[in-house]
Amino acid sequence: MRGFISERAQRIPPSGIRKFFDLLLTMEEVISLGVGEPDFSTPWGVSEAGIYAIEQGHTSYTSNKGLLTLRELVSRNLKRRYKLQYDPHEEIIITSGVSEAVDIALRAVVDPMDEVLVAEPSYVAYSPCVTLAGGVPVPVRCMQADGFRLKADMLMEQITPRTKALMINFPNNPSGAVMRRQDLKEIADVIIDHDLLVISDEVYSELNYSGDHTSIASLDGMKERTITLNGFSKAYSMTGWRVGYLCAPAEICGAALKIHQYVMLCAPIMGQIAAIEALKNGEEDKNRMVREYRMRRNLFIAGLNRIGLSCHMPEGAFYAFPSVESTGLDDVLFAERLLAEKHVAVVPGSVFGEAGRDHIRCAYAVSREDLKEALERMEAFISA
Amino acid sequence: MDETDRSILELLVENARITDTDMATMLGIPEGEIRSRIDRLQKEKVIRKFTAVVDWERVGDGGVSAIIDLKVAPERDFGYDRVAERISRFRQVKSLRLVSGVYDLQLHVTGKTMKEVARFVAEQIAPIQNIRETATHIIMKTYKENGIPFHEREMAERLPITM
Repeated sequence: MRGFISERAQRIPPSGIRKFFDLLLTMEEVISLGVGEPDFSTPWGVSEAGIYAIEQGHTSYTSNKGLLTLRELVSRNLKRRYKLQYDPHEEIIITSGVSEAVDIALRAVVDPMDEVLVAEPSYVAYSPCVTLAGGVPVPVRCMQADGFRLKADMLMEQITPRTKALMINFPNNPSGAVMRRQDLKEIADVIIDHDLLVISDEVYSELNYSGDHTSIASLDGMKERTITLNGFSKAYSMTGWRVGYLCAPAEICGAALKIHQYVMLCAPIMGQIAAIEALKNGEEDKNRMVREYRMRRNLFIAGLNRIGLSCHMPEGAFYAFPSVESTGLDDVLFAERLLAEKHVAVVPGSVFGEAGRDHIRCAYAVSREDLKEALERMEAFISA
Repeated sequence: MDETDRSILELLVENARITDTDMATMLGIPEGEIRSRIDRLQKEKVIRKFTAVVDWERVGDGGVSAIIDLKVAPERDFGYDRVAERISRFRQVKSLRLVSGVYDLQLHVTGKTMKEVARFVAEQIAPIQNIRETATHIIMKTYKENGIPFHEREMAERLPITM
């Protein structure tokens, strides 16, 4: 029998942590700092809205673009929070989480062999999605010395005549890095000079502890060359509802919509209705969660540095990304042994690209008690 | 009263036994400042007391709690204050509030038995001058107290590792 698996699918490497994951599932009393989602339940008022939607029989498809009310609220919110101007009729698509938005954004703009720069360390889906879209992912390193921010010189080094787009994610998973307005301006200059497009995944935008989030599309001359992706999962603890959105100039949005309508049709309606409630009445719940993350961050980072794992202060998201170099172990070995010996799960940084090597990602989206217990176990592990 | 005071209060309400060290780290201010702020908040009587939230049902001694609504005729010059002051002196009265609506005062009363609570209301509260009407609601079950749910919820499981 011939091999049926496409070359494209074969080119995607298997998950780097499968073995690790299997081991984890056999263990007891594990504290997992490996969970990339909030530990809060969805604010109850938002869940109630979803439940009521189902009770009322709102269980159908919506328009491909998503409920107009939701698009209007998203548009207003983006304007209020990030000074972005997107027309709810022509420039916004509600997607099944940001994951889908990443995929359709890439497929809308990538031609075969186009190079897409991916700022690393990065969320694990970007490069495979570039590959699936027929493009070639090219890592751009964000250096620890720069606080894992993307720098213009590192970006320019990787630009070739085949480069089409840059994929960024700030506040960043896994490093927690945030790009300030000035940082983004320097990147925007390069982007405009080289006539590139930016795909910006801003799903952690509300989890910013150093000030207000800046959206790259809000910079002069950038809206027409940016696809902004965002969603409800992190800000409103709504990962399971699968609601995100893609915003782009009408032409790009139209192209993405063609893909979305055939592969997804629409985002789940009950999730969309819950998201409407989140935007209408979820602000206080969101702020409360953000305050809690900030306090946990302070607690955890101080603890990491105290036990000898040096860690820059992450300004956003809910990840700490300490270096494990001082232990003499590489990140994979560190994570494996920490799990086996002390039952604490962290994610090896190299999973997020070469730029993450010798670091571990610790999600502090767990209770303060668990964070303290994890720190104690990590300290015992390091000093042993 | 600033943002930091508020944060300290919220943390203490959530867990009165939280250490000053943890609060200092979490809020990014020196430990000494946490102490002086708490001292001040106590002096200003913003913080009245550090106490515990107990699920008395689990203590299992058969104690009874009730909410008592009272209709009170307000007094010239004093309104409800003098009556409220008298009522609040009873050891059995755990909380006392002036509320809007059909009734005026709302009490939370505890006792060893249903009979004891009933007698307390009938013999000690109802006869007080200016009290026009009482309504006693025996508490059958407490679902949530001070923001803490008392019934067990199934813990939602997250995948141990997600990217």
